[in-house]
Amino acid sequence: MSRIQATFEKLKQQQRKALIPFLTAGDPDPQLTVPLLHALVEAGADVIELGVPFSDPMADGPTIQRASERALKHGTSLRGVLDMVAEFRKQNDTTPVVLMGYGNPIEAMGWETFARRCAEVGVDGVLTVDFPPEESHDAFEHLQQHGIDPIFLIAPTTNEARIELVAKLARGYVYYVSLKGVTGAGNLDLSDIAHKIPQLRKHIRLPIGVGFGIRDAATAQAVAKLCDGVVVGSRIVQEIENSNEQNVVANVGKFVRELRTAIDQA
Amino acid sequence: MSYNYPDSSGHFGQFGGIYMAETLIPAVEELRQQYLRFRDDPEFKAEFAYELKHYVGRPSPIYHAKRLSDSLGGAQIYLKREDLNHTGAHKINNAIGQALLAKRMGKKRVIAETGAGMHGVATATVAARFGMECIVYMGAEDIQRQAPNVFRMKLLGATVVPVESGSRTLKDACNEAIRDWVTNVESTFYIFGTAAGPHPYPMMVRDFQCVIGNEAKVQMPEMIGRQPDAVIACVGGGSNAIGLFHSYIEEKNVQIIGVEAGGYGIASGRHAAPLTANSKVGVLHGNKVYLIQDENGQIIETHSISAGLDYPGVGPEHCLLKDMGRAQYVAINDDEALAAFDALCRFEGIIPALESSHALAHAMKIAPTMGKDKVLLVNLSGRGDKDMNTVAKLKGITL
Repeated sequence: MSRIQATFEKLKQQQRKALIPFLTAGDPDPQLTVPLLHALVEAGADVIELGVPFSDPMADGPTIQRASERALKHGTSLRGVLDMVAEFRKQNDTTPVVLMGYGNPIEAMGWETFARRCAEVGVDGVLTVDFPPEESHDAFEHLQQHGIDPIFLIAPTTNEARIELVAKLARGYVYYVSLKGVTGAGNLDLSDIAHKIPQLRKHIRLPIGVGFGIRDAATAQAVAKLCDGVVVGSRIVQEIENSNEQNVVANVGKFVRELRTAIDQA
Repeated sequence: MSYNYPDSSGHFGQFGGIYMAETLIPAVEELRQQYLRFRDDPEFKAEFAYELKHYVGRPSPIYHAKRLSDSLGGAQIYLKREDLNHTGAHKINNAIGQALLAKRMGKKRVIAETGAGMHGVATATVAARFGMECIVYMGAEDIQRQAPNVFRMKLLGATVVPVESGSRTLKDACNEAIRDWVTNVESTFYIFGTAAGPHPYPMMVRDFQCVIGNEAKVQMPEMIGRQPDAVIACVGGGSNAIGLFHSYIEEKNVQIIGVEAGGYGIASGRHAAPLTANSKVGVLHGNKVYLIQDENGQIIETHSISAGLDYPGVGPEHCLLKDMGRAQYVAINDDEALAAFDALCRFEGIIPALESSHALAHAMKIAPTMGKDKVLLVNLSGRGDKDMNTVAKLKGITL
């Protein structure tokens, strides 16, 4: 059983919802990424989405754009991110790590090498924002050969036929983008989520996480009631941005703990 | 075997495709369906033809640059005068086509990215013409070097949004326009300026620009009794080039030459010539193309004297034409382009855009090596009024 599947099954037994924090690898400094990952787990993260920085993050708002720029300034590469996961796995063999980013750094490495390295270092899933199912055949063959789950986004604009397409290909969990917009935008619509999740469940048997626009514990709690997991990204990156090297790990841990408490009361 | 690209999934061989975030996939799919529906609709075709004739001023003439040719002592250089179009460049052909489609799709808000500002001006123009709200994203660096076009867009009622992220040029303007689109997808039509991006844009933009080559194929025999020996155009994203080239792909006796921006020279690493520099295949802005990038797949900042060519990628059809060997791609450096700019001003009384000056520079380079009976047709894709500040600055003159 994959780490992602094991995690969601355990949560289901405990009647709890997954907390899925995101941060960009190499932000604010590559030295701090592994300590931050451990801090996320200690604060109650169930699954970690680790952003691979890209020079042209078209689906991201200003907060994650700046995180990518900081990470790239420190020379963070896909190779480096995989090494960070290897380092993290030395002390943690249970928390699933999903790499999230854009396709080109993977294209440059080659999907076969990438998938093999993911398996070697202990990456569990891969979410490639700009690779829809239509363009992903070869990529997924390599991922599946190495037991890596392809994670897919579903948007408010996704129609029924495409939901079915995603349902066929997705593994691990499915990520519902709760608004039309870039990451970090602030206009999340709870009633849309409440309406959409049951529709998705008609086709999708995997757990459904919801993200984009979740900025505080109260919203995280409200969203948790409607789905299987809550993804929080820009707000955590903002916490990193507003901290210094000395207090960043503690500050991120504190904020994620607030999310955990709120979600567990959902 | 006849040339028929893209395939039904939007691929030109291994290139092209629809590499977009899920939120926008239904939007590009709707666009594809609507475009295919209207492309062959007699009423749509008639309205497009009417606008091109009465609003743009087509057909654009072909002009024999005789004094320039004589000075070079070789092949005769002919110019396809897209600079004489309304708004001063080929960009208007495509902007009108897409605006007519937007109108039929009920979209009242249009957005665009722009580099040199010509596509932004064309979009602002058609938005005014058809009564649509218009937002243009433009790199802050480009806003500096293309100030007259920024003012033109504002006069036409458009909002120009400066983009401060990344290299603050065309690619970053594209990123920002995509972010707008993903946020306002239901109300907004993205008038994309070049023959690149996710399917159907490379096909659709090409189809709208094909009027250039279709006219030339009729005009050249009228002027010289035959087709030219070569057709030459500058390539950034490559829309003016594919507009000229596409009609000539099956004319095997006509050489096709695309001219990229060599910047400070390919060897300097500071250029915008992915085809000439043998860049690796990559994915950016919705399509798989040859892409200027580092070994980790990060996009490298490009350089060109001309904002309109300052882009790390290139349209997928040019990538295919390169691989097929049907078209040849070369690079012209900043200084060579500037020399060609000066030459056309002095010999012919025509001030070309710095983009088009790259194509002209290559024609001037090869003309002396060819016989006087040979004919080169250069796409003079735009006029140079917008480049006054850049050229003056390079010459050390304050306007």
